[in-house]
Amino acid sequence: MRITITVNGVDHSVDVRGPESLLHVLREEMALPGSKNACEQGECGSCSVVLDGDVVCSCLVMAVDANGSTVRTVEGYADHDVLHPVQTALLDGGGVQCGFCTPGFVVAAAELFDVNPTPTSDEIREALAGNVCRCTGYGAILRGLEELAARNAGGGA
Amino acid sequence: MTFTTQRREVRSGVGTSADRPDGIPKVKGNFAYSSDLSAHGALWGATLRSPHAHARITRLDIGPALRVPGVSAILTYDDVPGRKVFGLEEADQPVLADGEVRYWGEPIAVVAADDAEDARRALEAIVVEYDVLEPLVDPEEAARRDETFRTMTVRRGDPEARGEVVVEGYYDTGMQDQAPLGPEAGLAIPDGEGGVDLYVATQWSHVDHEQIVAALGVPPDRVRVHLSGIGGAFGAREDVSLQIHLCMLAMHTGRPVRMVYNRAESFVGHVHRHPSRMWYRHEATRDGTLVRVTARLLLDGGAYMSSSRAVMANAAYFAVGPYRCDSVEVHGVMTRTNNPPCGAMRGFGAVQSCFGYESQMDRLADALGMDPVELRLRNALAPGDHMPTTGQLIEGSLPTAEVIERLRAIPLPSGLDATHPLHLPGGTGLTTSPGDVVRGVGYAVGMKNLMFSEAFDDFTEVRIVLTPVGVEIHTAAAEVGQGLITVCQQIARSVLDMEHVAVIFDDTSQIGSAGSTSASRQTQMTGGAVLAATTELRDRILAEYGADRLDAQGVWREGELTVSVDELCQRGPAEHHVRFRHPPTARPDDNGQGDVHVDFAVAAHRAVVDVDPELGLVRVVRVDTVQDVGKVLNPRALVGQIEGGIMQGVGLAVMEELVLDGGRIRNANFTDYLLPTFADAPDVVAEFVEEPSHFGPFGAKGAGEPPTISSTPAVAAAIRAATGRPITRVPVHPDDIIGL
Repeated sequence: MRITITVNGVDHSVDVRGPESLLHVLREEMALPGSKNACEQGECGSCSVVLDGDVVCSCLVMAVDANGSTVRTVEGYADHDVLHPVQTALLDGGGVQCGFCTPGFVVAAAELFDVNPTPTSDEIREALAGNVCRCTGYGAILRGLEELAARNAGGGA
Repeated sequence: MTFTTQRREVRSGVGTSADRPDGIPKVKGNFAYSSDLSAHGALWGATLRSPHAHARITRLDIGPALRVPGVSAILTYDDVPGRKVFGLEEADQPVLADGEVRYWGEPIAVVAADDAEDARRALEAIVVEYDVLEPLVDPEEAARRDETFRTMTVRRGDPEARGEVVVEGYYDTGMQDQAPLGPEAGLAIPDGEGGVDLYVATQWSHVDHEQIVAALGVPPDRVRVHLSGIGGAFGAREDVSLQIHLCMLAMHTGRPVRMVYNRAESFVGHVHRHPSRMWYRHEATRDGTLVRVTARLLLDGGAYMSSSRAVMANAAYFAVGPYRCDSVEVHGVMTRTNNPPCGAMRGFGAVQSCFGYESQMDRLADALGMDPVELRLRNALAPGDHMPTTGQLIEGSLPTAEVIERLRAIPLPSGLDATHPLHLPGGTGLTTSPGDVVRGVGYAVGMKNLMFSEAFDDFTEVRIVLTPVGVEIHTAAAEVGQGLITVCQQIARSVLDMEHVAVIFDDTSQIGSAGSTSASRQTQMTGGAVLAATTELRDRILAEYGADRLDAQGVWREGELTVSVDELCQRGPAEHHVRFRHPPTARPDDNGQGDVHVDFAVAAHRAVVDVDPELGLVRVVRVDTVQDVGKVLNPRALVGQIEGGIMQGVGLAVMEELVLDGGRIRNANFTDYLLPTFADAPDVVAEFVEEPSHFGPFGAKGAGEPPTISSTPAVAAAIRAATGRPITRVPVHPDDIIGL
């Protein structure tokens, strides 16, 4: 069947057989491979996208069920050369090594900061507990995002 | 021509936290990993795998599968055109099953089809009948039957030496998985002239290349292996997984073929950390001086050899740890079974024995009534001492006592933080009453060789090219995420005084091997090669022009810019190539004696845990470390290696284990193979000791593995301290704490 999904503000119409996940369709049919295929069973968060306002594992969403939806993927956060503050924070903190988990962290952290621009360390840990990183041990990710939260708090004062 | 005469200083050289050049594409989702690659008209590859740990194949019929729509090729053992086996140390593993399957998940056939779904249907249509055989899965039984990849004995000193205080124990470590987040993946594109280009995530493209051309039976120049983006490795990408299969399918069909393992397949598609069973006896004087250490180490290599012989050697050579002892006997046995093949994982044999000897050091301290940190200090190995196992004289730096003393001086964290359930054992499951929680603190010290050992001809090639816009570093060294790419740039910047440095990953036809990204070796090897090549190029340029300085603007003499960089690039010299080796190492003698290593590093870890003794739940609160790093080249990247390595050590201590049943992996997925998450991550306080290595750029030592070695026994020791339970096996399960 033919489905249409609005991804990062652009309408994509593709034909699907039926069993494909949203992740598969993003990566294989829409030329958006930024969302990553690390576990494909909803455990690692590497495929995180925002689907109609909620962060979801795109590997667990049937593409046909996303028909008519609005999706934001990791490719939709930087404005050309201007990075999203969360992307800058991850780089500055040293939170990017192999980078395979990074797209998921960008999406999940950006949504956290959208809702709560000044999260505490515990709030960051809890919000990102569904995203697995195998390289950093999480410390550098945490420090980068704590600095962003501190900057946001300072800017609001 | 106008020359400016203002010198500019380089900003992102050695010692700075220079930015990763691949950082921006990675945060934008634009970085191309091997699983992201595609080509016009590419077919999908897929692999049929054995459902048995040991069986004879009595019938293999691909006929029905060939009739599945969309299928282009199905290849089996008979279709392997050249050498039908491959392997890292010795070619002993069939490219596709040779009529017998020896482990669960062994590849039997590969398929190329129009898309992933067609390929999956074709796999289902292949008819295989098996005569199921009894798998040999007990390593002790395998040892009795002499089913081994290597047995070795390390003997040193007086075998009659006896201590007044003796402690003995058995220790076990489970089978850990590297679990890099990027799955095995690649793209093979036939070149139309009988050759193939393979784009793949690997730790060592040239050793893949050797095995591919042998299996294809083609001259080496027919195959080019290109490094693609690598989503972590940790040892899992040192062996061939899908490389040969992809090239066979591409050559056979004449079309590009992609293959991406899913997570379940990844778990059987790469080797694992060897599980171990160890027996130790430590003997000491009443004042805590080690007199004799004897050990028997039994590691299971699984069905095929991979790097098992080298892992066995490492486990045995580091079986005593960074401690002086003049009487040592270590027996090592690496078995061959029908369990999943094991090979390289961060720490490479030194992890297993460290859990053994550090558990023993605590047991000995207890028997002596001595502080465990004092016991370690009393026996700390130092330059001028001899390795307790091999007898090798320790040269260069080995600040064992200093890492221990500085670790002890780091302030401990305050008591239980019950402000948020995340800090409690059991976490937000709210299972634990804060009043029941007990805290424990444990120390451990570990040691490892850096770079390859035992007379291996360990080299790396680098080519430096000067261009009008900067410097190119050409290498085949794999950047797996650790930041080698940044360190190479920093070294070139500092030597050449040029800010713009690009690292170009050459394919196997363009440059010689860089060796493996493993054994904590690339900073010293490829980093060392960059230092050598840039220094030699600079010196050639200065000599050619009678100059005293080179930078991005050109060549300077006595404060005057005399030759612009444009002119320099035209006139040369503007290119320099090195094949760089570390000082040679020796083969061991029959008693395991000899100068088998080139360099060492030590690290010490202190773990603080909170335990719920009723439920057997552990929260690792903090892991502090002091590591011998020689020289800090990039502080941010170094902390990344240390914190990430500790997390894998914590994983082995409390949660990570492949569970086997008759040779089958029962938890080949991220639901049941538990990886530490943000909720499990301890805080880390990391300090460095900078005593320069006798070999290494600017005195730097490799830093990737030491964090993973002694962090595991430190956590185990902390759990022992909290609970009083013996804790002789990792990962520690709730049952071990509750005492069921």
